[in-house]
Amino acid sequence: MRSLLFLWLLVLLVMPLTVHAQTSANDEAAIELLEALDVDSFPAKGEAIEAIVASDHERARYWLQSLLDGRLQRADDGRFVVVLDNTGRDWPVEDALTGEALGEMSRRDLDRISINNALRNQLRSAIAVVDLYSPDLELRRASAERLLGEVDAELAEPLEALIAEEGDRRVSRRLAQALAIHRLEQGEVEAVAELQGSLHPRVRVALARAASGAFDSRAVTGDDPVVADAAQAALVSIEQNLRLNRMAETLYFGLSLGSVLVLAAIGLAITFGVMGVINMAHGELIMLGAYTTWMMQQLLPGQPGLALVLSVPAGFLVAALAGIAIERGVIQFLKGRPLETLLATFGISLILQQLVRTVISPQNRTVVSPEWMSGSIAINDALSLTLNRMVVIAFALAVFAALLLIMRRTRLGLEVRAVTQNRAMARSMGIRATRVDILTFALGSGVAGLAGVALSQLTNVGPNLGQSYIIDSFMVVVFGGVGNLWGTLVAGLSLGVINQILEPWAGAVLAKIIVLVFIILFIQKRPRGLFPQKGRAAEG
Amino acid sequence: MWLTRPFNERATLTFLGVLLAAMILVTLLHVAVPQGHPLHVNAYTVNLFGKYLSYALLAVAVDLVWGYLGILSLGHGAFFALGGYAMGMYLMRQIGDRGVYGHPELPDFMVFLNWDSLPWYWAGFDMAWFAFLMVLLVPGALALVFGFLAFRSRVTGVYLSIITQALTFALMLAFFRNEMGFGGSDGLTDFREILGFNLRSNEARLGLFLASGVALAVGYVLCRAIVGSKLGRVCVATRDAEARTRFLGYRVERFQLFVFVVSAMLAGLAGALYVPQVGIINPSEFSPLFSIEIVLWVALGGRATLYGAVIGAILVNYAKTVFTGVMPDAWLFALGAMFVLVTVFLPKGVAGLLAYRIKRRRRPDDDGATGKEVSA
Repeated sequence: MRSLLFLWLLVLLVMPLTVHAQTSANDEAAIELLEALDVDSFPAKGEAIEAIVASDHERARYWLQSLLDGRLQRADDGRFVVVLDNTGRDWPVEDALTGEALGEMSRRDLDRISINNALRNQLRSAIAVVDLYSPDLELRRASAERLLGEVDAELAEPLEALIAEEGDRRVSRRLAQALAIHRLEQGEVEAVAELQGSLHPRVRVALARAASGAFDSRAVTGDDPVVADAAQAALVSIEQNLRLNRMAETLYFGLSLGSVLVLAAIGLAITFGVMGVINMAHGELIMLGAYTTWMMQQLLPGQPGLALVLSVPAGFLVAALAGIAIERGVIQFLKGRPLETLLATFGISLILQQLVRTVISPQNRTVVSPEWMSGSIAINDALSLTLNRMVVIAFALAVFAALLLIMRRTRLGLEVRAVTQNRAMARSMGIRATRVDILTFALGSGVAGLAGVALSQLTNVGPNLGQSYIIDSFMVVVFGGVGNLWGTLVAGLSLGVINQILEPWAGAVLAKIIVLVFIILFIQKRPRGLFPQKGRAAEG
Repeated sequence: MWLTRPFNERATLTFLGVLLAAMILVTLLHVAVPQGHPLHVNAYTVNLFGKYLSYALLAVAVDLVWGYLGILSLGHGAFFALGGYAMGMYLMRQIGDRGVYGHPELPDFMVFLNWDSLPWYWAGFDMAWFAFLMVLLVPGALALVFGFLAFRSRVTGVYLSIITQALTFALMLAFFRNEMGFGGSDGLTDFREILGFNLRSNEARLGLFLASGVALAVGYVLCRAIVGSKLGRVCVATRDAEARTRFLGYRVERFQLFVFVVSAMLAGLAGALYVPQVGIINPSEFSPLFSIEIVLWVALGGRATLYGAVIGAILVNYAKTVFTGVMPDAWLFALGAMFVLVTVFLPKGVAGLLAYRIKRRRRPDDDGATGKEVSA
């Protein structure tokens, strides 16, 4: 068996990986290969499988996979077919040799080529090996991944050659690790050096077993505890590394949660912090933004990416218009009565929630993530950063920067600050205070809509979406210091990180309670938040 | 004597008279009028009225701090629920071995969680006097600690409102946890008897209704007495101009703390009366929505009148009973609309409307007996 593999390897080394010299012309040879499978003895089948692997037939992988799945069958007329769907009485099949569809066959006319567990294992590693020679990089990567911890003596030799041959560094490194695990199992101390620093769970399992002395008994070098010691040392350094990675992951999750908080709170920082208007319906404006995204996806089915991009301006507009309606309809009549404003806007939030429940549905809606946002970037085996969170973090920072620019560098920002500091004076200088009020409120509300667009990528969209963020948002604004955008950013991000750090040992609910209590106590010490306003902007 | 002064006020006497008349009327219609007669008030309705009265007491407690102290508490539901939980724990212990699992001491949910003994904070709740004391002390202690921290650092206005909301939110999350030992999301329920009376009997329901009425009357008179005293005047001064009052030499935070604690205790008492009447207490009483609903009762009835709070609580809850029965979806619309309309068009509430009409009728010699006008 080993010699066969070796031979086949030689053949492969001679010809370039990408070129398959054999064509489907030699159908007879193919039929012979398959015929060999249709025998009663399992060992004979095993040899037939070896033969198929060695043949390097272009459909070899397909046959092996079908055989593994129990879909390779023989029809009464002697043809080999692959069953496509084995439910019901008649099964659609295709020709195993040509792949041509043969219509449906009665299952009584078909005879399955049976396999046992030993053959199944053989098939799995055979498929992995076949994949290793595939020109498709993704297939090679996946196959190398699968081989980790699955290498046996038979595979070890061809692997060595393959590692030297492999062009892709990730694949060759993975294969080297797979080989090293095998060597470690044989009790070779040198293998530990190769495994050092790897964070892959299966490597750790192998090292842990080595450290416990599991491989020493069959060690080639005799029963000295060198292997166990070396493995233990490697394991310790890996654990340390792993802890660092876990911290990085917590930080990442914390930052992503924090950026969501920043997005939700920054609109509030403008309406509440700058204008002094308490808007309890802010959470529902976030909800409107999220529903806009959902609506956009319903309008553009099959193009989630485009829908999401369009949702950014659309969500902003919808929420901003709703904000203007709230400001004109209610808030302007309650100027200077913050507690009443709080109650009235709370009423609006109830109405908006119920409106969505009645018009759309009380059930949650799922918003699809576009392809460029799903998936993750693998930094190493223990740490991979999901893309959607990355995009949300970037989006939050972009929105923050844009708002900062508007407040600091544009005429609107100047007027807003003037009106906030001294309304009467600003008006006497010719600033139309009412117009500024409307625009500021629209801006703050629009940003809430943007938060909703971002949130729709992380959670389900439902009528209660806004409610769950409103208290957190107020906490962020109060913690950061009312009227200070930088404070909101720092407060949001740090609250997010604190929450994530607490969560593993306190549980999600308790972490939230601790954070709330922390803020309540913090307010005692610094009633005006982390970054209190100073000078003229502070109220007298 | 400050405690008897309220009995010289016409408004207080009118209120007490109306309350007493209503209690006697309901009792008579329930007991004396035979079942099946159109005027008969059945046990369910008595129970409902009792619930309204406990809500009314809660509203009076909120009006005391909001109307006269200017503190908009969005967390009074927490004090209400704590009082309710204290009562619920007493009722739980009264079940004894009649629970589903038949454990002589542990409530069902603890047996279910495989606990083998009562947590220390459940000790003593099998004694009625201890439980009833806790009904007042637990909410009072929370209010004392929270108020001390908040008022000392001069957290006022909107900030205080948001922090009180966070407080009740945090408590809600905490009580949802099974590990807390208060029954998790299911809360405490399946009560059997109170002080030896079967809770499902008509006598117990009538008794609880009357107890709620008496508690409301006592709470009302107490609040009136506080408001009418010198201390009450300082409170109103604090509400209208905190800084000026402080400059006049008053330790504003002490007055605020005292009134806040009294208000929390009244809310706890209301909760304790509420729980045996509805037969359950669970963490949803801590929800911020409920707390803010209480504020609406007061706003609708009219702040800073006390009797307005009672009117508002009964009106809104009656509307809620009707709405949720007829078309449940519309209730939140109605509630939301009430919030907006009351704050924009009816800043002094129903009581303001009443006072306005009375004033118009007898213009020249109005002695202001209907209460102080709110200027803010």
